[in-house]
Amino acid sequence: MKLWQWLFALIVGRILRRRSPPEEPRQKPERIVPVGSPQRRAENLVLVFLGLAVVFALGFIVVYGQFSPRGMSNSLLGITLGGSLLWIALALTVVAKRLVVTEELEDDYPEQHPEKQREVVQIVHESGSRITRKRLLVGAGAAAGGTLGLAALTPVLSLGPVWDTDPLDETPWRRGVRLVDDEGTPLRADDIQHQSFYTAFAEGADKELLGNSLVVIRLDPDKLHLPHGRSDWALYGIMAYSKICTHAGCAVALYRNPKFPAVQPSPALVCPCHYSTFDPFTGGQVVYGPAGRPLPQLPLMIDDEGYLRAAGNFSARVGPSWWNVRERPTNA
Amino acid sequence: MRRRCRILGCALAATVIAMAAAADTAWSQPQSGIVRPTTEPASPSLELGAQLFAGNCASCHGISGSGISSPRPGAGGILGQGPPLRGVGALAADFYLRTGYMPLSSPHDQPGPDRVLFTNTEIASLVKYVASLGGGPPVPRPNPAAGSISEGAQLFTLHCAGCHQELARGGFVTGAVVPPLQTVKATQIAEAVRIGPYLMPRFSRNEISDAQLNSIIRYVLSTRHPTNRGGWGIGNLGPIPEGLVTWWIAVPLLLLSCLAVGRRMRRS
Repeated sequence: MKLWQWLFALIVGRILRRRSPPEEPRQKPERIVPVGSPQRRAENLVLVFLGLAVVFALGFIVVYGQFSPRGMSNSLLGITLGGSLLWIALALTVVAKRLVVTEELEDDYPEQHPEKQREVVQIVHESGSRITRKRLLVGAGAAAGGTLGLAALTPVLSLGPVWDTDPLDETPWRRGVRLVDDEGTPLRADDIQHQSFYTAFAEGADKELLGNSLVVIRLDPDKLHLPHGRSDWALYGIMAYSKICTHAGCAVALYRNPKFPAVQPSPALVCPCHYSTFDPFTGGQVVYGPAGRPLPQLPLMIDDEGYLRAAGNFSARVGPSWWNVRERPTNA
Repeated sequence: MRRRCRILGCALAATVIAMAAAADTAWSQPQSGIVRPTTEPASPSLELGAQLFAGNCASCHGISGSGISSPRPGAGGILGQGPPLRGVGALAADFYLRTGYMPLSSPHDQPGPDRVLFTNTEIASLVKYVASLGGGPPVPRPNPAAGSISEGAQLFTLHCAGCHQELARGGFVTGAVVPPLQTVKATQIAEAVRIGPYLMPRFSRNEISDAQLNSIIRYVLSTRHPTNRGGWGIGNLGPIPEGLVTWWIAVPLLLLSCLAVGRRMRRS
């Protein structure tokens, strides 16, 4: 059923309910639950707790909009969200322990007994006799629940267009950028040996950028079957792939490198988190594991001095995948 | 006439095959265990190495270490297949024999740390023999005392922890088991870094210098008895068992808070 049909049914239902004859006025029954004395201090405590819950939930929204590797710590996300839940739990605890007048039910819960059911409703109604500022408390509860719900929905904004998430996808790789190792020393093509693997970064760029780190390996150029248009991306069999797994964004830190390929698994780049396995011979195709798309490859060139340089940007978006990741071009 | 000839030829061929098969069973060696010469010299010698190699290694690595690229029946009827050993040097032989990686019962098994089947004299002889097959690096002499643990931890994280796990407890890569390193000796760690046994990448002096290697070894040796600052290492296996233990603490806490908040219903 479509959404508007649901809405229509809901509105008609409301109108019919309004028009139904009002219930016969009943005489006020005798109290079951004794009247409790008002507890203003407990009420205040509940209000404070709910207020804190609101503050923490709003804090989550602010942190979500602000956190970054250089700015606010992302551990604040957990602290604020968990804190909000904790304050609400504490508020409810105080309500249960101090504000609600409890009456023990001695029989089993009545099932098909209208008289008893009415009694139960009455018990529930009368349990609130201690509460003096009902509207304020209900309002505070609604505010806490509402802001918490809002906080839970905030991540949806990341889908756009409110927050610009494009900078997350930017990479420092452009034609001519040199590859350096973790100490900043430029890598020469001669340094890249068979049967080993190297981690490389863009010269002068922030190492913590998602699109920066590379894994560089060297394979027999005659055995490569790179996708169409990448024939000159791997000079002398030297290849660079993004070190960030396309599944959940872990570092692809495992290089499976057989010494005697006749009886051993074929060479592959493996992510240690969920064992997504990528075939470097075919341009990073997934051969095993949960990753849904190939590891992005970086075209390489070698300058006159023998240093490795990027010949452009990655073949695809770097990092974890989302539904239209294949359609989005790489950012320069 | 021609037909009879063909039948005769077939019969001849069958006889030859049958004889070859009989000879094979007669000469075959036990499926397991080490083949040793009847009198073994007390000190390592090239001759002993050659004899042991012929009896235990040649079925896969070929006569005088030439390697066997396509499977060929060798000792015990096992299809032998293995890489050539010319030029691997004393370093590789020392590593594979002292860690029990070799000998392997089937070329399709994953070699890994295992019971060492040769005596010290035998290993020294085999290492001598393999080194004599062709040039290659000698057995390294690392000096972990000269390394720094903190540098080692950093380098280990960068190069090794992806597979071997931060505290060198081992793990998995698709298609292979990654061994833990707590029982490995310093020399064998140094050798493994340079060879890259089985699926492991190898690291040249260019990538990990000998001084850095000393630091890495010192760090790996320190993981035998790590200082657990938290008081309880939980097997030093990393976040998953730690998370599990956290839940074992958290669930009783949640249950206790439920008990504290609620009240048991009394039934008549």
